Amino acid sequence: MLQIQNLHVNVGDKEVLHDINLTIGEGETHVLLGPNGSGKTTLLMTLMGFSNYTITRGKILFRGEDVTKMHANERALRGIGMMFQRPPTVSGLKLGKMLAAISRTKDENIPELAKTVHMDKFLERDINKGFSGGEIKRSEVLQLMIQNPDFVMLDEPESGVDLENISLIGTTIGTLLEKDKHIIKRRKSGLVITHTGYILDYIDADRGHVMCDGQIRCHGNPREILKEIKQRGYKECLECRNP
Amino acid sequence: MSEPVKVPELSKTDQERLAQAGIDLALKSRCGSYLQMDQDMVHAECGESGIEVLPYKQAMEKYDWLKEYAWNAVSPEKDDITRYVAAQKNPNGYVIIAHKGSKNVLPIQTCLFLGRDQIQHAHNIIIAEEGAELHIISGCASGAHVGKGGAHYGISEFYIKKDAQISFTMIHYWGEDIEVQPRSASVVEENGVFLSNYICMQPVKKIEMYPTATLTGANSIARFSSIVVSTPGSYMDLGSRAILEAPGASAELITRAITQGGTIISRGHINGKVAGTRGHLECKGLILRDGVIYAIPEIEGSVVGTELSHEAAVGKLAKDEIEYLMARGLDEDEATATIIRGFLDVKISGLPDSLQKQIDASIDVAEKSGF
Repeated sequence: MLQIQNLHVNVGDKEVLHDINLTIGEGETHVLLGPNGSGKTTLLMTLMGFSNYTITRGKILFRGEDVTKMHANERALRGIGMMFQRPPTVSGLKLGKMLAAISRTKDENIPELAKTVHMDKFLERDINKGFSGGEIKRSEVLQLMIQNPDFVMLDEPESGVDLENISLIGTTIGTLLEKDKHIIKRRKSGLVITHTGYILDYIDADRGHVMCDGQIRCHGNPREILKEIKQRGYKECLECRNP
Repeated sequence: MSEPVKVPELSKTDQERLAQAGIDLALKSRCGSYLQMDQDMVHAECGESGIEVLPYKQAMEKYDWLKEYAWNAVSPEKDDITRYVAAQKNPNGYVIIAHKGSKNVLPIQTCLFLGRDQIQHAHNIIIAEEGAELHIISGCASGAHVGKGGAHYGISEFYIKKDAQISFTMIHYWGEDIEVQPRSASVVEENGVFLSNYICMQPVKKIEMYPTATLTGANSIARFSSIVVSTPGSYMDLGSRAILEAPGASAELITRAITQGGTIISRGHINGKVAGTRGHLECKGLILRDGVIYAIPEIEGSVVGTELSHEAAVGKLAKDEIEYLMARGLDEDEATATIIRGFLDVKISGLPDSLQKQIDASIDVAEKSGF
């Protein structure tokens, strides 16, 4: 579904991502691990098409189509979606209005859908304004439910969320990724940034990658990588970078 | 139901301009109406019991006590505009009286239309007696013929008695050669509520106004909300002032200003004169194309126990907000329009749905012509 080839990305004048190569197949969910500031969010923002992230070399292919030069909305319409870790507050724009704008011609019952993630009382609130960590995630998940992307990027879906909300958010993300469907019928793919790994209880990731200093350093079973990192931290990754 | 208003010699374009200023000539959604074209009173009536809509002269003849109210809130010696209107031997304008305890659900509309004349003047007095609730929509517009020039001088005096409420929603739809100088003031008594909403999103040569609410009664409330868009060549010097003279009195002055190349001077002044008063002033401005937004918020407190605050911000549309919406599938223009709509979305508590819809419709019109 997604192929990243030799991707180099600048933020301003500085190269932040170096020669990223990654392939995520249909129905697969991958996990991206790595220390703070290693470039994980930069990769997701680049894949979504944010203009602050300049691709200097390499390609992004989505379902075989080169989307490298496309704007965020063109990528969204092709089926790429993202749950932001820190989405901006848009003063005056009500969550309900935002959802209506996303749903457009889709015949969604927004209040009913909002109820499923306990956001029905937030529809008349300015989007993200004064939202708690859990409310931001629920709002993001709700937007993705309406957008219904084929490839879902999740930037730390469990950060700032209490245990009760993790279960709700995790289960909903599981549904977004069709984890309730048999593996043969599963069509949705995902790329998830996590530090704690709590989200893995809900989405059963297929593969894990470790990013260090703007490069993907190693790959493997996500739970095993996470276990290693929990035991030893990212020390070995750093050593791997500077052998 | 009232008969539709018969409007003489009004082109289809001008009728549409009136509609966009919130005027419903079919009277389907209004309980009463006053229509003045240039200096001619065309129509004045109200179907709601306890509420009267009268031409100024007729009202002054009918109620001798109205003399106490004329030129009371606004001084005739205030400036050249008030002197000009006060000197008129043949005064025009309207008087609306909501008698004690009366209430209208469908709003009354008042329309001042500038067609042929160089100067249109009007003197309006609006009174909500004890316990009354009065909702008015005022559409002010000029004809579509450009280049002729013209000026509108309107004096409006509002009196909100004990436990009464007035909401006054004014939509301006002038032309780029018209100068508009309203002078208005209100006096709000105990537990009274005055809601003043102002919308101008169409070209105008010059608007200059600075309505004042004096809150003389305990626990009285004044709320001014303004939504203005200034196009190239438009000069808008706007403000609102609240003088808090009684304990528990509070005022809120909210402005959303967008310049697309024109000038907006956004003034505001709250004066807390006694203890136990509160006031907040907020001006947010967006510069979409090079123009001027000059915010001058003033708060003045002179006693212990008055709490006043202000917040002013002028800036541009944030790129991260636009791209956030684009990441959900909206193209750049849709994302921009959605954010601007949100910016302008000032929900006014206490306003009937029909009037809120009218405000939303004005924003729709501005959105369609491209913010």
